[in-house]
Amino acid sequence: MLNIFVSALFVIICFLLQSTVFNSLSFGGIIPNLMIVVTASYGFMRGRKSGLLVGFFSGLLMDIFFGDILGFYALIYMYIGYLNGIFRKMFYPEDIKLPIALIVGSDFLCNFVIYVLTFFLRGRFQFSYYFLNIIIPEMVYTIIITCVLYPLLLLVESRLEWREKEGASKIV
Amino acid sequence: MSPVLKRPKEKFTLPSKYLLFLLTCVCIAVMVLSFKTPAINTPLNSVAGTFLVPFQNGIAQVGGWMSDKSEQLMEIRDVLDENQRLKEEIDRLTIENTKFQQERYELNQLRQLLKLDQQYSEYEKIGARIISRDSSNWFTSFTINKGSKDGIQINCNVMAGSGLVGRVTDVGPNYAKVTSIIEDNNNTSGLLLSSGDHLIVTGDLTTMSQGMIAFSKLVDDDNKAAVGDKIVTSNISEHYLPGILIGYISSIETDSNNLTKSGTLTTAVDFEHLEEVLVIMELKQTVE
Repeated sequence: MLNIFVSALFVIICFLLQSTVFNSLSFGGIIPNLMIVVTASYGFMRGRKSGLLVGFFSGLLMDIFFGDILGFYALIYMYIGYLNGIFRKMFYPEDIKLPIALIVGSDFLCNFVIYVLTFFLRGRFQFSYYFLNIIIPEMVYTIIITCVLYPLLLLVESRLEWREKEGASKIV
Repeated sequence: MSPVLKRPKEKFTLPSKYLLFLLTCVCIAVMVLSFKTPAINTPLNSVAGTFLVPFQNGIAQVGGWMSDKSEQLMEIRDVLDENQRLKEEIDRLTIENTKFQQERYELNQLRQLLKLDQQYSEYEKIGARIISRDSSNWFTSFTINKGSKDGIQINCNVMAGSGLVGRVTDVGPNYAKVTSIIEDNNNTSGLLLSSGDHLIVTGDLTTMSQGMIAFSKLVDDDNKAAVGDKIVTSNISEHYLPGILIGYISSIETDSNNLTKSGTLTTAVDFEHLEEVLVIMELKQTVE
């Protein structure tokens, strides 16, 4: 129950930050993607199910406020959360390389899918332009934000786990 | 009673594969539905509006307050006031100028045919503050802090200063989503003021950072169009009221078909530093 509450809180706070504060902190009009950090992190920290649920609800929030059609971002983010969940077996809290690689990979995948579905299919074929001017800057900025946000997520998650173990041992 | 019966029921859990499949179906169904009936997200809008918009409003207000303070620190208040006053005057004069130019054109060309008694300076407008912007880097829609409670409807035109920003595409009880004309998948029907020729204004992500968007399909047989000419919303536009300034031509070239011209235009609105907008309450009259 607490787990759900905490992840919901993270999703909402990140959405609020991303749509308000980070628009003022944008570098050259590029804002980082906090939602992908949260979605991917919950994917590889808690597994496929949490990943896809967190992804679904983060995407849904973006759909409600900014999407043209409902369910588009929800679908993309849900699959990204699910795919990250597959890597749970390889995930160790001490290792920072895998999380960063997964988050950057997720960000690229997300933007690539958005590009193909909303730009490429309308005949905007200059992928190199969009890659160099939108996707790469966003990935770099997202990495920087990850260095702050991911340790926080990890800390909260390990506290929750510790609490659960404590509770379980008390009952036994 | 046997101990078997007493054992608590095992908690029902759905395997993630099935959950993924189920939610995929839900997403696709909702996507198809929202294509057919745009009203599907009304309940979601109300929920989101109740829980999130107050926060966004607060953050935007704090942000606005902070930027105001820092500006006051950096500049003398008088200069700011004067600047504001002059800007307002420029806006007013630009509106007036556009109006006069259009009136002259109408007088010359359409005196007998058209009698437009309304100009956009006379439309009823309300001010609104931008509280959040699109969270992706691909699109530039934003939400404002006025909604259906304040009388805003879908397709209300949105201006800033003297130029066109876009139109309302989604409305919640206390917020409204504005789709801007610079958005990459957005087309607007425009009119070249100097000659009265129609053209299509298209948002373009590749030139947006320079404050320019593209226009095309301009039939300019007399070669009248020149750099710096004003482009306003056309009277045949589906959603936009006629005669609102969109921008100025910044480059123009003849298409390979030798019939039409295309190029780029500089928008009248500075979209990067947009904080407050004006919503025109009047809707474009449509054929039922």
